Amino acid sequence: MTKLTQRLGSTATALALCTGLVFSAQASADDLAAGKKLAFDRAKGNCLACHHIEGGKVAGTIAPPLMAMKARFPDKAKLRAQIWDATAANPNTIMPPMGRHRILSEKEIDQVTDFIHSL
Amino acid sequence: MKKMLTLLLSAGLVATATQAISSPQEDLEKFRIHYEQRFPGIQLDEFGNGPYALDANKRLQWESMEEFPPYEEYVDKGREIWETPFKNGKSFASCFGKNVSKIRTKYPHWDKKTGKVVTLEGDINKCLKDNGEKPFGWKKGKIAYLGAFIGYEARGQKTNVVIPDDPKALQAYEEGKQFFYAKRGQLNAACADCHVYYPGQRVRGQVLSTALGQTTHFPVYRAKWAKKGKGDGMGTLHRRYGGCNKQVRARPFKAQSKEYRNLEFFHTYMSNGLEINAPGYRE
Repeated sequence: MTKLTQRLGSTATALALCTGLVFSAQASADDLAAGKKLAFDRAKGNCLACHHIEGGKVAGTIAPPLMAMKARFPDKAKLRAQIWDATAANPNTIMPPMGRHRILSEKEIDQVTDFIHSL
Repeated sequence: MKKMLTLLLSAGLVATATQAISSPQEDLEKFRIHYEQRFPGIQLDEFGNGPYALDANKRLQWESMEEFPPYEEYVDKGREIWETPFKNGKSFASCFGKNVSKIRTKYPHWDKKTGKVVTLEGDINKCLKDNGEKPFGWKKGKIAYLGAFIGYEARGQKTNVVIPDDPKALQAYEEGKQFFYAKRGQLNAACADCHVYYPGQRVRGQVLSTALGQTTHFPVYRAKWAKKGKGDGMGTLHRRYGGCNKQVRARPFKAQSKEYRNLEFFHTYMSNGLEINAPGYRE
């Protein structure tokens, strides 16, 4: 009986770990919605100032449209790094360093990254 | 805290932005070639029309605005200011000469005595003070009306800024140039980022203008400035500089500060040979 409880317990832990992994790899619908709001908000991410994003109105034309992002950034961490400080890859870029200059908080950058990566 | 951060950031970035020293003439040539290659077929003077030289739809809207231009009443107000004598019986003509059309293209210029760049607005207020009158505010209102009248009377004449071969003048020019190319503010953008590298492109709905030709139409009537709390639409070049700096979330410098005067020196020099078309209309 004790053995069974122990087994059940470890199975439960394993299950929890799995769900946890799935959870972190796939953003929740809430995070995606929050990321979208931040990306479209003129006072926040304002990605639309320069990038076309499906569903966004009056987008700018300075930068490439944000689409097929998983193909362009198979590694989500690289996309996050680009959003956090685009000047690391190109010091002359016109893209504001969203994290380095604290335009967005770390949590907001996570949410924007989730949303952009989903495009 | 936020202001502090912005300030620190802009200060740090200004310090890291270094440009190789080249002569003003060399700079001007490179500047011109850049726009000629970027916008082949656009005539030099067309650049003075800002975004309306680059975007057909915006041009149509602008041309219809120009049929009954909203700045006209301010040109008339400027004329009245010009003609109204001071309490001492003198007038602006005692400072600037009787021929109004000969004023605009003298500015900005290097003043050897004071070792400073002198602007039209600076001399307008100097004239008032020298005659015991209260100076105008720097950014809008009477100073912009008088500037609009002076600009209107000089329409068609060519911008002709002289950078004398004087180390101090060249230093002022160089500082203006550095200001123009240095990234600043929380958004980390230089004047050049938008107006050299991306003119003709849109930021949201706004078409970015070329830096070439930007100075010819000031003072300007800006629809954005003709709203409650903003004023009647009229404003000076330094008012616009301040607005641009705020848009990239940098702390703006004061109108007629050394920073903006030096920027005006460089910025206007880059438009040498372009016709004065002040006052202009802009969105």
